[in-house]
Amino acid sequence: MNDPVDVLIIGAGASGAAVAWSLAETKMHILCLEQGGWMNPAEYPSTGRDWEAKFYGDWSTSPNVRGRPEDYPVNDDNSPIKVVNFNAVGGSTVMYTAHWPRLHPSDFKVKTLDGVADDWPIDYDALTPFFEENDRMMGVSGLSGDPLSPLTHPPMPPQPLGLSGPLIGKAMNKLGWHWWPSDTTVATMDYEGRARCINLGHCTPACAQGAKASTDITYWPHAIRAGVEIKTHCRVREILTNEHGMASGVVYYDKDGVEQFQPAEVVIIACNGVGTPRLLLNSVSSRFPNGLANSSGLVGKNLMFHPYAQIYGFVKEPTDSNRAPPTCLWSKEFYDTDLSRGFVRGYGIQFGRGAGPVFEAVASEQKGVLPWGADHHRVFRRLNGHRLAVSAICEDLPEEHNRVTLDPVLKDSHGIPAPKIDYTISENSRTMMDHALARGREILEAAGATDICINNPIPWGGWHLLGTARMGTDPARSVVNEWGRSHDVKNLFIVDGSVFVTSGGVNPTSTIQAIALYIADQMKQRLANLFD
Amino acid sequence: MTVETLTATQRDDLKTIAAMIIPESAEYKVPGADDRAIQADILATLGRDTGPVRAALDHLARLAGKPLAELDTAQRDQVAKEFRATGGAAAATLVRVVLQCYYRDDRVLRSLGLELRAPFPKGHALEQGDWSLLDPVKARGGRLRRA
Repeated sequence: MNDPVDVLIIGAGASGAAVAWSLAETKMHILCLEQGGWMNPAEYPSTGRDWEAKFYGDWSTSPNVRGRPEDYPVNDDNSPIKVVNFNAVGGSTVMYTAHWPRLHPSDFKVKTLDGVADDWPIDYDALTPFFEENDRMMGVSGLSGDPLSPLTHPPMPPQPLGLSGPLIGKAMNKLGWHWWPSDTTVATMDYEGRARCINLGHCTPACAQGAKASTDITYWPHAIRAGVEIKTHCRVREILTNEHGMASGVVYYDKDGVEQFQPAEVVIIACNGVGTPRLLLNSVSSRFPNGLANSSGLVGKNLMFHPYAQIYGFVKEPTDSNRAPPTCLWSKEFYDTDLSRGFVRGYGIQFGRGAGPVFEAVASEQKGVLPWGADHHRVFRRLNGHRLAVSAICEDLPEEHNRVTLDPVLKDSHGIPAPKIDYTISENSRTMMDHALARGREILEAAGATDICINNPIPWGGWHLLGTARMGTDPARSVVNEWGRSHDVKNLFIVDGSVFVTSGGVNPTSTIQAIALYIADQMKQRLANLFD
Repeated sequence: MTVETLTATQRDDLKTIAAMIIPESAEYKVPGADDRAIQADILATLGRDTGPVRAALDHLARLAGKPLAELDTAQRDQVAKEFRATGGAAAATLVRVVLQCYYRDDRVLRSLGLELRAPFPKGHALEQGDWSLLDPVKARGGRLRRA
């Protein structure tokens, strides 16, 4: 048996890294178990001539396509939106677009404001210092002063507008609609040991330059220097409990596949909105026959994805295509509820600068825009390097039938039952997506785009895994309390996107990490009576 | 991965369908996707796509009834149309494999005016653009919804 630790963190991604770093100052013995390994930037796709092809294989966003030993399969056949993630030190921050909006203050009060879903048990103000701390740690670029977004203070200037930004800006100005340079975690100047962005353009499947913040190069080096221990290629099978109903530790498979028990005084789960319910549901005992921390029956339920409605087209002017980070601008024009639109809540927009030649050829052929035969060359030259995209991140409201359960058949390489997703897009979301596509078409037409295509939803768009272990003050209606502690198991905490009560209409990683830092802070303040 | 991953017949059909997707062009001074080097690249890098590509070629063979190259142009076009319409994910994989190898060929990239290199370490220059475009947004202002 391994020596006991004070705090065991499961997962070294966005939230696990933040909570580890924050708790390190307590000088407790902190161990993190991560099923993936450390990534080697020298092997990232943008270092090779076949950089685009890798996106369809070893560097696919889908764990089912990628199939690395570090990945676990996900049965998402019964969902129009497929789960995408990455498993390594850094988690999905290794493979994301680095778009960095925050949830708005109003997102925490949807029941009060709009009469739907539930209010959060915490508000934006409670998170403000942690948003700020997180922005410094991750290294954010952007332009302060957006009138329709929460006030931020990015330590670095925004990304250049490039060629695509002005085309979008002019179109939005023509329509009189809001747009603003996005906050992103792309370093626009040398920052805390990270080199500035040199526009490799292929940001999503990892940044060889290290300009894009991922927690393996931001939080983790600091946490490790402060004494946190991390063990890689260790996959946790289940959390065990003792006769008092407290978590006693975890069973995991080490890098050699040997089963181990790791005792711990406190267990923190940071496995994302699919991995966390999977682990809890796999942690069955006589005391917890329906899975750990599941007296409410809500573990795995209320899965929220953010359905993405995407529309794109091609302009006469050259765009940045693959020669810039993919996103640089957002719009909050349609973020807040306006019932005259036919739906409640709203969506954020992120604009896309373009794509590389292989992606363009593959996507355009699939859409029927790029023909086979003699005309292929002429059409491709008109499309390639001329794409502009509008993607709406639609707020997904919680519905219990959207859920993560355990697949009765599918298992990972260690024989652990895999997650199964059952998910449908609601009527409210469908109406919202249709609205977004209609507005997107107006934007593209104002930019002079033609050959307009849509993805509704983006099928491999399940980046944002939220809501499956929601926070709340009522143990019958939530899994964790307002500071992340399980209602049922007093030394068990959850710090990832599972705890979201609602999803907002923005990329959630900034908010996920702010919540992780907030929960860590709450734990530090309560160390003397953490389990009361 | 070696050429043995596909049979000789399958390789012939792959070459024929590739040329139908992207034929040679004198105007743009580019080879077709049936070019020997591009075909070699496809076969050498099939990897995890081998299964779906084999399935796609089996589907193509069923539709054609004989080697694709032996059909006349009209028949080939009809088979290709049906192949793309009914071939599902396997056909999409085959087409994607052809495209991803074609659009990394040096001759093709040169014709497109693209540099023959990986993005890293040189990267790309990105101009600042006209920031005055943001002035109307600033002037219009707005405020966050009250919580």
